[in-house]
Amino acid sequence: MSDKILELKGVEKRFGANHVLRGVDLDVAPGTSLVVIGGSGSGKSVMLKNALGLMTPDAGSIMFDGADVTHAKDKTRDAMRARIGMLFQSAALFDSLSVWENVAFRLIHIDRMKRKAAKELAIETLRKVRLGPDTAMLRPAEISGGMQKRVGLARAIVSQPDLIFFDEPTTGLDPITADAINDLILEQVEALGAATISITHDMPSARKIADEIAMLFEGKIIWRGPAAEVDSSGNAYVEQFVQGLAEGPIQPGF
Amino acid sequence: MTKPPLLLRPFQLVGKATIGALRGLGNLAIFCGSVIWAALTPRWYLGEIGRQMLRIGFYSLPVVGLAAVFIGAALALNIYVGGARFNAEQFVPTIVVLGITRELGPVITGLMLAGRVSAGIAAEVGAMRVTEQIDALTTLSASPKRYLYAPRLIAAILTLPLLVVIADIIGVAGGWLVGVGSLGFDSTVYLRNTLDFLRIEDVSAGLIKASVFGAVIALMGCYQGDRSQAGATGVGRAATLSMVSAAVLVLAFNYILSTIFVGLGL
Repeated sequence: MSDKILELKGVEKRFGANHVLRGVDLDVAPGTSLVVIGGSGSGKSVMLKNALGLMTPDAGSIMFDGADVTHAKDKTRDAMRARIGMLFQSAALFDSLSVWENVAFRLIHIDRMKRKAAKELAIETLRKVRLGPDTAMLRPAEISGGMQKRVGLARAIVSQPDLIFFDEPTTGLDPITADAINDLILEQVEALGAATISITHDMPSARKIADEIAMLFEGKIIWRGPAAEVDSSGNAYVEQFVQGLAEGPIQPGF
Repeated sequence: MTKPPLLLRPFQLVGKATIGALRGLGNLAIFCGSVIWAALTPRWYLGEIGRQMLRIGFYSLPVVGLAAVFIGAALALNIYVGGARFNAEQFVPTIVVLGITRELGPVITGLMLAGRVSAGIAAEVGAMRVTEQIDALTTLSASPKRYLYAPRLIAAILTLPLLVVIADIIGVAGGWLVGVGSLGFDSTVYLRNTLDFLRIEDVSAGLIKASVFGAVIALMGCYQGDRSQAGATGVGRAATLSMVSAAVLVLAFNYILSTIFVGLGL
């Protein structure tokens, strides 16, 4: 295994005249947790989609475990995705499937595991995120937002990935539920030994789950350092963002 | 981009519109080609195909049946009135069965499903697109084209002919009801005239049309849903566009296929 599980080098992405990513350099080592902070429209989600292969960068390269996957096709891409878990901002659970079928989706449809074994593993994984077997039979529409995030987390970890992406894992949750999700993320990531990349606006969440924090501004990483140093970064942009001030070098996004 | 001189602006607008239209056609062709390829090659998600056959076929039965019975009944009445002008009332059963099997059965089924199924697929896929469920499928290594679109295409191609057979039977029964109930036809004579003049080609032509309409309906729903923009407006627009485009294409393909069948002597 490479010393970096994921590496983005000079990644650029534009949509027409909108130059969203302007040369992003970012990497994460196995077993470490990197949180990317940044304002709305700073390009965090686009960066994540490029890293996942949901978009192709216009320039730059993406390395996964030492292999260049920038323009990888089906089989290489699938092999990479088999080692990646993803928790979407909205959880992105499949409405037409039950909770356990959502968790076991990859096991049944990609890994071709028998439904009975996959169900048992899904229920066991749901238990790890504090959801009982009674929840397993429900549909996503029948459970709360916090529970949906936990199901999304269970789906992300069920195949024991080496790298997990968290897209705004606590957005839309009350502070107590958000903290519970942070605890679950820490607990499960520690148990798996996986690397994580999270993008968030939520500074309490970032401080709690990050080993390192990086700030994305106008399509570039402008600061990166240990989570403990984020409050004393000496970077005017980071300080304004961390303190949530309207006054400063960053103009409010409206 | 610099603005061209005023005199050249119309050319710029026409050029831009042409390029936009060609790009749209190209995207549609690539999308349809890749979904058809996914439908023709393994892996097939049989459970998903079965579920879609139930949704597209079985749940459409009431609306198709009701439409067919009213069309058959109205057709019988109109042919009776028109035929009476040159003493041809006795041809009502024959014209009803030919009209239903060759034309109205498939077209009415196609149009009803353009509304019920194509718009439904577009709304469902569009909602999945804007709630990142399609991205989630991709990150789980499941191709949306294989898991979502190909099963809908296969289900529509297989179930539309079945629905058309049922629409044909119910449509003819609608004509028979009016013929016997209010136009004074003898039931046995009506049915004999219906069956005596019906040829297998009349039914098979309708069934081939039905399969093509099924493909059009499913592909339009999937395509418009897949490119749906964010928000309720985007999903609503995708549903409307899919319904309109599927309905227009059903009518266009109906004409093209009718021309081909007539040319082949079917």
